[in-house]
Amino acid sequence: MTEGATLVGIARARGRATVERVDEAVIRAALTEVMDPEVPVLSVVDLGIVETVAVSPSAIRVTILPTFVGCPALELIRTAIADRLAVFGRPVEVAVSFAVPWTSDRISAAGRRALRESGFAPPTPAGAGPIVLGPPVECPHCGSRRTVMENVFGPTQCRSIHHCTACRQPFEHFKAI
Amino acid sequence: MTTTQATHALVADRLTRDALAELLLALADDEFVIGFSDSEWTGIAPLLEEDVAMSSLAQDELGHAAALYGLLGELIDRDPDAIAYDREPDAYRHCRLLDHGRGDWAMTIARRYLYDTADAVRLEALVGGSWAPLAELVGKIVREERYHVMHAGAWLERLASVEGEPRDRLLAAWDALGPDAGTVFSPLVGETTLQGAGIVAATSGELEDRWRARIAPTLVRLRLPILPPTARPERGRLEHGEAFRSLWGGFTSVRRSDPGATW
Repeated sequence: MTEGATLVGIARARGRATVERVDEAVIRAALTEVMDPEVPVLSVVDLGIVETVAVSPSAIRVTILPTFVGCPALELIRTAIADRLAVFGRPVEVAVSFAVPWTSDRISAAGRRALRESGFAPPTPAGAGPIVLGPPVECPHCGSRRTVMENVFGPTQCRSIHHCTACRQPFEHFKAI
Repeated sequence: MTTTQATHALVADRLTRDALAELLLALADDEFVIGFSDSEWTGIAPLLEEDVAMSSLAQDELGHAAALYGLLGELIDRDPDAIAYDREPDAYRHCRLLDHGRGDWAMTIARRYLYDTADAVRLEALVGGSWAPLAELVGKIVREERYHVMHAGAWLERLASVEGEPRDRLLAAWDALGPDAGTVFSPLVGETTLQGAGIVAATSGELEDRWRARIAPTLVRLRLPILPPTARPERGRLEHGEAFRSLWGGFTSVRRSDPGATW
């Protein structure tokens, strides 16, 4: 939901040393430890869903962009972010926005590497026009392009299912969207 | 990002707000009803791949519906779940195209193709609209809907191209749905107000013409009959038959069994 998307995390010291200087860079660094529950090799930062971070002495406000409108992991992600930032000792607000549409082009180079290393083909460029099936996706296991798409829809909204005819392994592709 | 107050403030004018509420309800109900219809294929689709595909499509559509009911809920200050589930069947404003029941696979594909192509034209007219909460949401929705159009188009081609049972069943579905296909564009109360406010870029009539022209080459190529004019367009979102009552009975059953329950 665009509106009313506030979540206040009550500061809970977790036995960590107090961080003296809290700024945007510190918050973004902390968020690299918050993983996407559906693709747990990707942090929310590498996934590219962290849009803005605003830090004041009285609050931390993070705005995230959903990967899909109906993404069922969204509430989990908001809670995980609020929990991770609770250590900074001030109310945390995690807002959800569609002001900028998230696209798979926002996944970072490090995120693409992490996907490949875990057997996921990273997304091909998203574009904006009608979906045209491009050349076969490169197999993340053996690097072959002799692959076929078995299903453009997969186990979660953001994944499609493929098969490599070279190494005969199935694999998933992070959908270009 | 806007706050609840800002959402109201942006639509201070009562007439515009009422017209916008009508539009949001029609959009949300369409996505909600087709999403639930698609979800009926989970576990019984003709191919395992289509079990997964229809479930994923349904998840997308219900997600769009939830977001649209959320905007409407803020606009009229009502709980989105109550809007989605606590109405009698006659109060739903989805189009009659979605009132034919699940039917067979050909019926499902014909309905999806007609709805997805029409929905794409309708959404294009909302992307640049002046009411940011809707324009932004639609900007995201269209990216997902591109996959739906591709899926429906590929299956339409497959069924239309194989003589015998596949094509016969598709033609039967086409005949049943044809007169209702244009109801996606049934005129909404207050749509001239919305156009004046810059929230939508064209009238329903203009959008319907655009849609018919856009799909015509595909219909010619696949030798599918040109769609007849819409039957009773002014009633296109107002009359829901037995098939919808049955669907409604299913999707409201949990809510009605224990009103107000949370989990």
